[in-house]
Amino acid sequence: MATAGSKNFDEMLNADGSVRPAYEDFRQWFDGQDTTWLRRQDAEAERFFRRIGITFNVYGDDAGEERLIPFDMIPRIITAREWRKLTLGIEQRVRALNAFLQDLYHRQEIIRSGRLPIEALRNNEAFLTQMIGFTPPGGVYTHIVGIDLVRTGPDEFMVLEDNARTPSGVSYMLENRETMMAMFPELFTKVPVRPVSDYPRRLARSLRACAPAAYDPAKVGGKRPVVAVLTPGIYNSAYFEHAFLADQMGAELVEGSDLRVMDGRVCMRTTTGYKAIDVIYRRVDDDYLDPLTFNPDSVLGVAGIFDVYRSGGVTIANAPGTGIADDKAIYSYMPEIVEFYTGEKPILQNVPTWRCSEADSLGYVLDNLADLVVKEVHGSGGYGMLIGPTSSKKEIAEFEAKLRAKPGNYIAQPTLSLSTVPIFTKEGLAPRHVDLRPFVLVSPDGIDITPGGLTRVALKKGSLVVNSSQGGGTKDSWVLDE
Amino acid sequence: MLGRAANGVYWMSRYLERAENTARLIDVGFHLALTRGSRRSQDEEWRSVLTTTGQLEAYNELHSEITGPQVFNFLLREKDNPGSVLAMVENARTNARVVRTSLTNAVWETTNEGWMSLRELLARPVRETNLGEVLMQIRRTGTLVRGALEGTMLRNEVFNFSRIGTFIERADNTARILDVKYYVLLPSTAWVGSSLDNVQWDTLLRSVAGNRAYSWLNAGSMDPRGIAKFLILDGQFPRSLLFCYEKIRSNMAGLAKEYGHEVSAHQLLRDVGATLHQTTIEEIFDQGLHEYLQDCITKIIEIGNVIAADYRFTE
Repeated sequence: MATAGSKNFDEMLNADGSVRPAYEDFRQWFDGQDTTWLRRQDAEAERFFRRIGITFNVYGDDAGEERLIPFDMIPRIITAREWRKLTLGIEQRVRALNAFLQDLYHRQEIIRSGRLPIEALRNNEAFLTQMIGFTPPGGVYTHIVGIDLVRTGPDEFMVLEDNARTPSGVSYMLENRETMMAMFPELFTKVPVRPVSDYPRRLARSLRACAPAAYDPAKVGGKRPVVAVLTPGIYNSAYFEHAFLADQMGAELVEGSDLRVMDGRVCMRTTTGYKAIDVIYRRVDDDYLDPLTFNPDSVLGVAGIFDVYRSGGVTIANAPGTGIADDKAIYSYMPEIVEFYTGEKPILQNVPTWRCSEADSLGYVLDNLADLVVKEVHGSGGYGMLIGPTSSKKEIAEFEAKLRAKPGNYIAQPTLSLSTVPIFTKEGLAPRHVDLRPFVLVSPDGIDITPGGLTRVALKKGSLVVNSSQGGGTKDSWVLDE
Repeated sequence: MLGRAANGVYWMSRYLERAENTARLIDVGFHLALTRGSRRSQDEEWRSVLTTTGQLEAYNELHSEITGPQVFNFLLREKDNPGSVLAMVENARTNARVVRTSLTNAVWETTNEGWMSLRELLARPVRETNLGEVLMQIRRTGTLVRGALEGTMLRNEVFNFSRIGTFIERADNTARILDVKYYVLLPSTAWVGSSLDNVQWDTLLRSVAGNRAYSWLNAGSMDPRGIAKFLILDGQFPRSLLFCYEKIRSNMAGLAKEYGHEVSAHQLLRDVGATLHQTTIEEIFDQGLHEYLQDCITKIIEIGNVIAADYRFTE
């Protein structure tokens, strides 16, 4: 495994400067283009994004100020062979995640077998006791999963993080492709790229396949289950995506204030009266779903929805309580989890992880802080973490104090030398670190992985942080056809 | 569709219409200020613009004297004025964002682009030299969004709620302009019909973009009764009260057809229609124009409220 300091792997160019096979067709096209024209297209792309409103809001920023996630026009390219292996690994992992959730909320065999310590569940807010003994419609917990992958070598893909709650970013996957096709149509006649545009249709199909017991086609004249996207509203950072997906699926985009529980169903207020919803794709956190069951101050959810859910009146996707599966404290056990439920060795590796709750690990981490990445167990979005190699002595000392105070709150990982893909800059192509989030749909009919995903790129030279809230950008991600 | 979404498209259209009407009033005020000599009459004109938009009080709270640039900057962009054109276009755009899934891309993009360009134009104080450009951009935004609606939207509930919003706002605007002009210019309704300065009448017609149409219909001659009839009862002029009413009625009929049943607002509209169609301009003047217009304004508000309740705009 390549770690920081060693020469990192570039996905476009070999060490000798020759072009790797995945990028051959693209590079040939690119070298034939006029740079001035490319630069103009680049500026055009930003105007395009602003006009259609692909923006996100930054919390704590000036109210209502909307930012663009920078888009880089050089695609991230994955060969058919690489993708085949990735899909096998992702499918295995997602299957294990769902089996794990089913087990955790029922017999807890994995704890009985001693593979997972009970401490991982105790006092863990992501574990919802309200879900114990309940099986969601169709047996599906994580209808939509985003698996964050990093690459450190030609054949080395690792899972950095599982996103089993409400993974976002899929609208960027779709709009990035639209933008590339609008800017460079002829490029797509030269390179065989697998399409991603039917994701919303597949999402809708997958959600409808999980209709609750209360859905009876005979009672609604054979009509398909009613799907709605539940959003916290226009000030949420991912509102654009919520509206985009609802629109593309032909589903209603609802807010908590549109909904109410009536006759054992969750109903939305329409111009002609209240109408029952079968499947809710919620983009609201567990804690805000139901003021009667969870956070009593929440105005984003629906009072009583949890009771309706438990009695088969509605499907909530993803199921409440799935956060326990992508918890950073659980992450380090994923190799064991995969093996326990699938009976197979994991195809995709975890990043080696030290649990600071364990004395030996803590000792090692404290001795090597300058070389490690330390993450808060419950943090997200790149906040509350320490990247040893790029931090000052003072920052490291401050973090050390926090770590000593509450070691159980942290895990540590080696600073990986993430692969790079070039971005388009004023001075020409320049390598930047990337990760990849493929999107996975789970339904009783099977697991469906869209070819590609969202490539996030750290735009600052040498930076390893790809989060959009920390100055990251995105790229179109191509999976080549066989 | 969701009641909240119906509320969103309705208000999106109202705000855009209101922004455009305000721009037109500023245009007229400015035009008049340029053509009329005395400082006092200029101030008077700006005061009348403030009265018509219902913002005189809000203005007086912030400013001690009335000057053209101060008034139009207040109406266009002043930060502490929630009724400024910029705030209204922003409201329209926020509503469009809320109901984005109900709108075509063309409608959303024209609304969003209109907001972006106005935000830029109104980032700095407007001077007399670029006022024209600003006003044109406001009108253009309204025109483009209406065009996009007309050209790309299904003729369904979304479209109908949008049009109802547009015409309720427009009817309200025409009624208020007419009322303020009669009320402000004439000490009592008894004076109505006496000979008046043509400029005043021309101004009134300009405020509703009706000067050319009126001249064309009346071969250039102006009389107050004819103007009132034109603004209230003309079936061809797209800003007359009758015209707006007919539009609201037909869009409400569209909703009844789509939903398969009527709501109480339909009956209310029929009652209003009966009086509107049977009234002559003579009867209106006999009743008292001001009283008649006040009654219209009340009715328009009531229609808006009943529609909002019938179609569950809010809980």
